[in-house]
Amino acid sequence: MSVALEGHGRLAGGLLLPGRKAQSAALPIAEAPLPVELIYPLGADAGGDPEPAVRMGETVLGDQPLVRAREGQPVLVHAASSGRVVAIEPRPVAGGEAPCIVIAVDGRDERLPCAPPDVALLRDSPALNAMLAAAGLAGLGGAGFATGAKLAAARQQGLRALLINAAECEPYLSCDDRLLRERAPEVVAGTLAMLALTGCPAAVFVLEEDTPEALAALETAIRQSSDPGVLSIVTVPTIYPSGGERQLITLVTGEQVPAEGYPPDIGYLCHNAGTAAALFAYLDTGRPLTRRIVTVTGGGVAQPRNLDVRLGTPIAELIRTCGGYRPEVARLIVGGAMTGRAVACDEVPVTRSTHGVIAATAAELGQRGEAVACIRCGECAEHCPAGLSPQLLHRATQRQDDVALDGLGLFACIECGCCDLVCPSHIPLTEQFRVAKRRVWLRAVDRERARLAEARHLARERRLTRRLAEREAALERRRRAARDPAASSAAIADILRRARRETDPGRDES
Amino acid sequence: MRFETTPAPHLSVQASVSRLMRRVLWALLPAAAAHLWFFGPGLAFNITVAVVTALAAEALMLRLRGRPIRPGLADGSAVLAAVLLAFALPPLTPWWITATGSAFAMVVAKHLYGGLGYNVFNPAMAGYAVVLVSFPGQLALWSLAAPGGLAPPALDPAQTLAFTLTGRLPEQVTLDAITQATPLDALRSGLAQLQTLSEIRAAAPFGGPGEQAWLWINGLIALGGLWLLWTRAIRWHIPVAMLATLALLSAIAAAIDGDRFASPVLQLFSGAALIGAFFIATDPVSAATTRVGRLLYGSGIGALVFAIRSWGGYPDGVAFAVLLMNLTVPLLDRHTRSRPFGT
Repeated sequence: MSVALEGHGRLAGGLLLPGRKAQSAALPIAEAPLPVELIYPLGADAGGDPEPAVRMGETVLGDQPLVRAREGQPVLVHAASSGRVVAIEPRPVAGGEAPCIVIAVDGRDERLPCAPPDVALLRDSPALNAMLAAAGLAGLGGAGFATGAKLAAARQQGLRALLINAAECEPYLSCDDRLLRERAPEVVAGTLAMLALTGCPAAVFVLEEDTPEALAALETAIRQSSDPGVLSIVTVPTIYPSGGERQLITLVTGEQVPAEGYPPDIGYLCHNAGTAAALFAYLDTGRPLTRRIVTVTGGGVAQPRNLDVRLGTPIAELIRTCGGYRPEVARLIVGGAMTGRAVACDEVPVTRSTHGVIAATAAELGQRGEAVACIRCGECAEHCPAGLSPQLLHRATQRQDDVALDGLGLFACIECGCCDLVCPSHIPLTEQFRVAKRRVWLRAVDRERARLAEARHLARERRLTRRLAEREAALERRRRAARDPAASSAAIADILRRARRETDPGRDES
Repeated sequence: MRFETTPAPHLSVQASVSRLMRRVLWALLPAAAAHLWFFGPGLAFNITVAVVTALAAEALMLRLRGRPIRPGLADGSAVLAAVLLAFALPPLTPWWITATGSAFAMVVAKHLYGGLGYNVFNPAMAGYAVVLVSFPGQLALWSLAAPGGLAPPALDPAQTLAFTLTGRLPEQVTLDAITQATPLDALRSGLAQLQTLSEIRAAAPFGGPGEQAWLWINGLIALGGLWLLWTRAIRWHIPVAMLATLALLSAIAAAIDGDRFASPVLQLFSGAALIGAFFIATDPVSAATTRVGRLLYGSGIGALVFAIRSWGGYPDGVAFAVLLMNLTVPLLDRHTRSRPFGT
């Protein structure tokens, strides 16, 4: 029997946010219908800059890889249904535009044949990494890190505990809640598989205090699982961002992940509950990841609920499934209300990291007031879960003082948005820090490039100087030889020998 | 269908600078009422003069600096600074003194340093310090406490207004008749005449309305301050550090030499210690922003107030203590900033 425990740690900072989860959490997960088009971005979400494995006009089957596996290429993307490639072109995605593979769905929903993977192979770390990447498994919590790479690295470092993150701290979202309520046994089975794959002794499920149904379902699933002894549950307070990886680990264990390190450095590994279920599905069937659960919600959609969606489905289809827009809809957000991206149009496709779609009214989001000068009230620092002083970072971003920014821990910022929400001056702090990070990073790249160019330049200068000196020395030798008759005849002999060799290359030098 | 795109986070901001400033002004209201009850309508005239001057100076400076005027006036920071300056001035203050202080606060202390958010010194205290050192005679006289304006020598509103505007008193009324030493004034002059504390406390204004007035006003200031803490308009670090330091130092001093050093209660409830702790030192712009920094900043003010009151040239010392500690803020911020998570 498992009983939910309380975590050992406290979160410094954070915010109590309105939950707004009830509207979408009330109904069971429904399956989204097969869309007309499936769209697969080839951008960062597919792991860098992948090469398409399909050509225009080519017929594809469900589960067929759409990008080519490559050395260092994290995770593949697969067609979620059968159809024909009708375009490989830039399309709108969350955060702008990216080249996409577009499949016109044929409606037959045919799939490649498949068989469960040979579990024995997964004991080898490189194979584990490669197989899970080939199956398209990446974190479903938001960051989208390659699951195989995470598990393989953690196995080598050795773990004390695996943390399964079901603390859905973002307002509006309820996909992990519904997942646990309806499919807790899959999450538990996936978790046990993760334990086996990493050699980790125990797993802890982390839930927020406000999801009692999920907790009950999870307790039942753990009781009925093959190894309840290694599984436990910890509840954490419903404070945003308790579900952030580093915050979650601190809340549960009381320990802090080093700012420059990763959770396995202190013996922990964190995976999203959805990722555990996805791993189980792969091990059970051998099918790659082509679906996920998406919360479709907000005051601007007729019937908020969670949908089981094929990756690549345009958001417009999800909205249609949920009864369409309400007339008051004003903004469309992909992801959560705190960290998601507002998109201009609803042709944007669902990707692995799309946990939510919020069609929001202007009233529920409110309008950000005109930004005025920072009055140094320090509320942002009081609420920063990363222990930063945003008010000082803000001044440093204004001065573009990269040294100060680094000293103040700019790169420890998790972009949670808490500082924005408490700022009485309405300064878009999180956006400023995002921009500053990019600028500092680009400058570092520039510096590195400049350093290399300088090194190259210096090497060339040295080479030229050396060559000049050598030429000078040779000339000097020859001049001296011309003055010295003995040396002169030797030089002439040398010239003759060389000339002979050139006219008759077959003859050996002797 | 096209949607508006804005950067995350997408939820709205609850707080605003103008709401914060308004809340602080509301918190001063009970104390202002007590002030008017005990010392007559002088405060109302001072506030009017200070606020009008501050708004005019703010508008002028915003215009000269090419900044939008309406939002600058609407944020409430100029009004708050003016009201705090008015609280610091005696009820009977000629208008040109109030206007000078208020204009200096806005023009020099605030805008020449870069405007809202950038001023190094607390504008209200900078304005007050300037008129205090420039016109010490006029600022040394505090009105006689006359609850409800009932005592005979007290000025009626029209006479008070006339004094504020012209500096002239009605016939047969002398300044001496309508003014009285504040408790801190009495303490200072008494000690200078080598009286003991118990001798000083046996005479006016102690034991009469002159002492009661300060207890009431400061009690209501503390109430307003607690409300600000409760609503999170201010954080506890600065007021607690300042008051605790002042109380601790005066308790130690009183224990050593009870004849020459006032008790902590007298220190806290007379003069500007409470309004300083809750309303002036907590001005976020000119205060330290980190928790430890704020504790040090508050303690520094408390210690300086004690030192100035005990050995300095002025009966009260809040303004100078705040201004001196303003100077340490960049250093405090730099050396007390929080540790990033995981370091």
